[in-house]
Amino acid sequence: MALTGLFLCTFLVGHLAGNLQLLISDPTHAAESFNAYAQFMTTNPLVKVLSYVTYFSILFHAIDGIMLVMANRAARPQRYAHEKASTSSVWASRNMGILGTAMLAFIIIHMSDFWFEMHFEMKPTFKLDNGDEVKDLYLEVVEAFHSFPYMLLYVLCMIPIGFHLYHGFQSAFRTLGLVHENLTLLVKRVGVIFSIVVPMAFAIIPLYVYHFIPSAEEIQKSESYKAKSTLIEVEND
Amino acid sequence: MNLKLKIWRQEGPNDQGRMVDYQANNVSDDMSFLEMLDVLNEELIEKGDDPIAFDHDCREGICGMCSLFINGEAHGPVKGVTTCQLHMRSFKDGETIFIEPWRAKAFPVVKDLAVNRSAFDRIIQAGGYVSVNTSGNTLDANAIAIPKPDADKAFDAATCIGCGACVATCKNASATLFLSAKVSQLALLPQGQVERKERVTKMLHQMDEEGFGACTNTGACFVQCPKGISLENIARLNSEFRNALLS
Ligand code: HEM
Ligand code: SF4
Ligand code: FES
Repeated sequence: MALTGLFLCTFLVGHLAGNLQLLISDPTHAAESFNAYAQFMTTNPLVKVLSYVTYFSILFHAIDGIMLVMANRAARPQRYAHEKASTSSVWASRNMGILGTAMLAFIIIHMSDFWFEMHFEMKPTFKLDNGDEVKDLYLEVVEAFHSFPYMLLYVLCMIPIGFHLYHGFQSAFRTLGLVHENLTLLVKRVGVIFSIVVPMAFAIIPLYVYHFIPSAEEIQKSESYKAKSTLIEVEND
Repeated sequence: MNLKLKIWRQEGPNDQGRMVDYQANNVSDDMSFLEMLDVLNEELIEKGDDPIAFDHDCREGICGMCSLFINGEAHGPVKGVTTCQLHMRSFKDGETIFIEPWRAKAFPVVKDLAVNRSAFDRIIQAGGYVSVNTSGNTLDANAIAIPKPDADKAFDAATCIGCGACVATCKNASATLFLSAKVSQLALLPQGQVERKERVTKMLHQMDEEGFGACTNTGACFVQCPKGISLENIARLNSEFRNALLS
């Protein structure tokens, strides 16, 4: 649990770093940067290996986690009639299974949105500075986040991630046997900051796109974008 | 003061059990929680009822025999004390008090509030010992120099009285805090080195065998432990186990 959990924490940082390119305010620049990044991520063999390690980690972590929760529930067949759990432990630590399941649901929605469309359904393409014509994932993201319920879903789904990390980050170090007291204190503080900053940074992206980036149609109308974009037709709902 | 009590009654291991309401009147502030139950039991006996079974022995907070999950917390609302050291002044007149046994698959109820904690003994038997020479030339323990910080930490771990509050309060009914104290007190000392690797492996294995849950670091055990056994011991247990696995 700890090894896969911490690996997934590093994955989150990498994923976030890539996505922060969506905060570039000029759509043409953002599209160039983000689409070039997407091309790198889908073609580089090393990234490919890393992505399989990530899929495996999520799967293993989720299955192992759910088995752990079930085994631990079985260790107390008869519940207490009256239990004041909140006096001795934080809520997140008692609900890792529920938080994780919410995250798993989000990951599935998320993968079927962007990943699936990227691989199988995308229509508009974008001509990169290196001459390659790639599927315009940037436009797809902008289009998606201009739908209010969709944007809201992405923002709200960062909440369980924050709580999961709030307990999980520091927990993993104790599981791995970090005994040193000062380091433990440091890990705790870093964990709290990590669990707030990372989900917040993720949540800023849909909020930013929704409020400050023009809609996909408008972007496609601009001269600088037209020169790069090859397909005008965008699905409207 | 007068109190409403909701107490778990169970005739034996195979009885289903239920919460039963009792009234305790004229309870003195100075009584310990167990004395309050003693008085209630006197009344029950006078009425010809079956007295409530509960565990206790030293009544001075050192043996680890008393238990009870009181108002949703192990050893009641006061931190750092066992139930025998809990006094009625910690409760308010007219209050309703829930009294339940430790709940864990590995701690089956014997009767009412008394549970069988011999699973702890079996964990100790699995590896919580050191080998000493008893052939007549036994070494004086004080002849072995031990760094003061190590001795202090070992001693702190050794203050665990094996009460089981950690298990009772853990959402996973895990005995990890208890186990970590027992492993730490020996792993930190020179005398504990001979069996160091096999000790942690065997004791952990026994904990799983007994049906305790696994640790997920909620930290509730430490909060409710009457001896304040530190979570650092759990980190040490994990590190001991990792070293045993890797070597
Ligand atoms: C990016 C995704 C995720 C990250 C970064 C992450 C991180 C972590 C970390 C660091 C831990 C602590 C490990 C330990 O104490 O040894 C943990 C525990 C756990 N995770 Fe995740 N996790 C993720 C996704 C999931 C998912 C999808 C599930 C699905 C069920 C899940 C379920 C659990 C459970 C049940 C536990 C823990 C046991 C507990 O401490 O109560 N996690 N996670
Ligand atoms: S660790 Fe604390 S709560 Fe657990 S058995 Fe020892 S003294 Fe009791
Ligand atoms: S009866 Fe001995 S510790 Fe409470």
